[in-house]
Amino acid sequence: MAWVNAALQGILLGGLYALFATGQALVFGIMRLTNLAHGDFTILPAYFSLILVTAMGFNPFYSIPLTMVIMFIIGYVLQRGVLNRIVGSKIAIGVIVTFGLAMVIQNGLLVGFSPDSQGLDAGSIENKTILIGNNLAVGWLPLIIFILAVVVITALQMFLTRTKMGRAFRAVSDDQEAARMVGINNKHIYAVAMGVALAIIVIGGVMMGIRTTFDPLLGNQRLIFAFEAVIIGGMGSGWGTLIGGVILGLAQTLGAQLLGASWSIFAGHAIFVLILVLRPQGLLAKTVLTKPAAAS
Amino acid sequence: MTNDTTTVPINDKRVSVSVAARRNLIVLGIGVVILLVLALFPVFGGTAWTRRLIDFFLFLALAQFWNLLLGYGGIISVGQQGYIGLGCYSLWLFADVFHLPIFVAVIFAALVGGLVAIPSAAIVFKLRGGYLAIGTMVLAEMYRMIVGNIEATGGGSGVTIQAATSISNEARIAGTYWWALGLAVLALAAVYYIMRSRTGLALKAIRDDDLGAESLGVNLWRTRMYVFVVAGAGCALAGGILAMSLLRIQPASVFAINWSAYLVFMSVIGGLGTIEGPIIGAIIFFVLRETTSQYGGWYFIVLGIVAVIVPLWSLGGIYGFVVKKTKFFAFPLQRRVTMLLHSAPVSADSTPEGGVSG
Repeated sequence: MAWVNAALQGILLGGLYALFATGQALVFGIMRLTNLAHGDFTILPAYFSLILVTAMGFNPFYSIPLTMVIMFIIGYVLQRGVLNRIVGSKIAIGVIVTFGLAMVIQNGLLVGFSPDSQGLDAGSIENKTILIGNNLAVGWLPLIIFILAVVVITALQMFLTRTKMGRAFRAVSDDQEAARMVGINNKHIYAVAMGVALAIIVIGGVMMGIRTTFDPLLGNQRLIFAFEAVIIGGMGSGWGTLIGGVILGLAQTLGAQLLGASWSIFAGHAIFVLILVLRPQGLLAKTVLTKPAAAS
Repeated sequence: MTNDTTTVPINDKRVSVSVAARRNLIVLGIGVVILLVLALFPVFGGTAWTRRLIDFFLFLALAQFWNLLLGYGGIISVGQQGYIGLGCYSLWLFADVFHLPIFVAVIFAALVGGLVAIPSAAIVFKLRGGYLAIGTMVLAEMYRMIVGNIEATGGGSGVTIQAATSISNEARIAGTYWWALGLAVLALAAVYYIMRSRTGLALKAIRDDDLGAESLGVNLWRTRMYVFVVAGAGCALAGGILAMSLLRIQPASVFAINWSAYLVFMSVIGGLGTIEGPIIGAIIFFVLRETTSQYGGWYFIVLGIVAVIVPLWSLGGIYGFVVKKTKFFAFPLQRRVTMLLHSAPVSADSTPEGGVSG
């Protein structure tokens, strides 16, 4: 039964990773930008939420909408002011610039909040569970996170396929020049995409803050999880991202069950490497949002 | 740094291609003098500065290898800390467990780094551009976890290298110094040699246009594998020397992502795609570290801001600016084509280095 429990936890954990990965996939899909600060952008909203919770006594859940607005604005301004300058230039530039950004965020949080772990207190919901049978329990919180992940990915897919702005996103993703020719303001679209991506990861970031603890240096690990979920699922596939997240979550919890808790994250990395070697295009590499990464 | 003018064996010898200029002989002379002074430094320099220079040489060498990867190979790695860490632990393994003399064991650190780099490259080369960068980070994390999770290596609390206790502190620091100096010279020589060779031409072609290079018969995968293994072995050797200098090694510090931050900073501010750039970057980084590293977080924020702002203008860095003004290369890697047909030779400089592609 321990194994079934571990598998169930892994699937639910996968929802969280999918939430992290969706923002990463969106930014890469539209701007071909590999954002190395992505993980730190999942930590940042948890700290915003912490400020709101401590200053105004918000329940962390209610801090989410306001934090999403803040992160959308940060994303828009960041893209418009800095990152738009490097869209379309050499990939290395984007990697270096976002790596620098990651250092600034990480160490800014270290200076501002100390390296101590912090947590968001959402009250009794954190410990409520649903009992399935006699010895299988599912936490409400992981379940809510998983459902949120499914809702967000569905909403994003609908946004991309059903709305005018979504069409513009896909147009820019497919062919930047042609999109500009038909009157799409690429710079605005990029900025909105970055804003949306950062707003989406608020949900994952704050939920993770409620579920466990966070500290300023967790960003790189989150970046890696998001990236692994994207690659396992297949680039450019919305539902692939969810499956990638679930496989990563399963690998971690089952790996912990098999090898001990200290090997949990390693097991996730190992499955990622295995899938990369056996099926480099990912499990569900069906282009929904983007074509696979173009050469250089 | 030799002064050679080779005439290209094409049908009508109207064109000659030269690499070095006469002033490079002067540079070579100055370089030899500096090297002699540095080689004798532990005799008169005192322990504190000898230790500082060990760090400097390690940074210089690491920056060269990172520059070889990105500035010439177009491979962006944020995982070289994996090889630095493996190098540290390899030194411990061969010196303390296999009881090799410590100054010999360090060679095996390079060997381990090179061997690990082969499968690592095969894995990360399945990814492209920016995703390749995160792939290197994942592998570095995996190496850290393997070392940190095993009981035998002391786990997360690390190990102290015992083999060093059999020699005096002064002798150890002097020996470590010469290894570090040797590595720095080796790194410069290796990058210079590679870039002057056929492989170097292939690398420049790949960096500028990988598809074009491949269509002209350059084996993309093998050439990139070659530089990845050289850089892996080089960074692991630097790690081995670092371990000789530190004696106490912990996974959290020797596998830290901060190493990548340093490498990015040095290459970006000094300039990518030249040998001189990372030297300038290493000097600036060294001065900055000596003067401001006690400010902790703020110090890293400054490094980060530089990494954000400088590439928005150019990846040529400070040396790229110097080259633009003076067209002077201390390490001549640029081929100049001279037309011999005209009475007055027209010198057409090839484009300055500094371009990078991912």
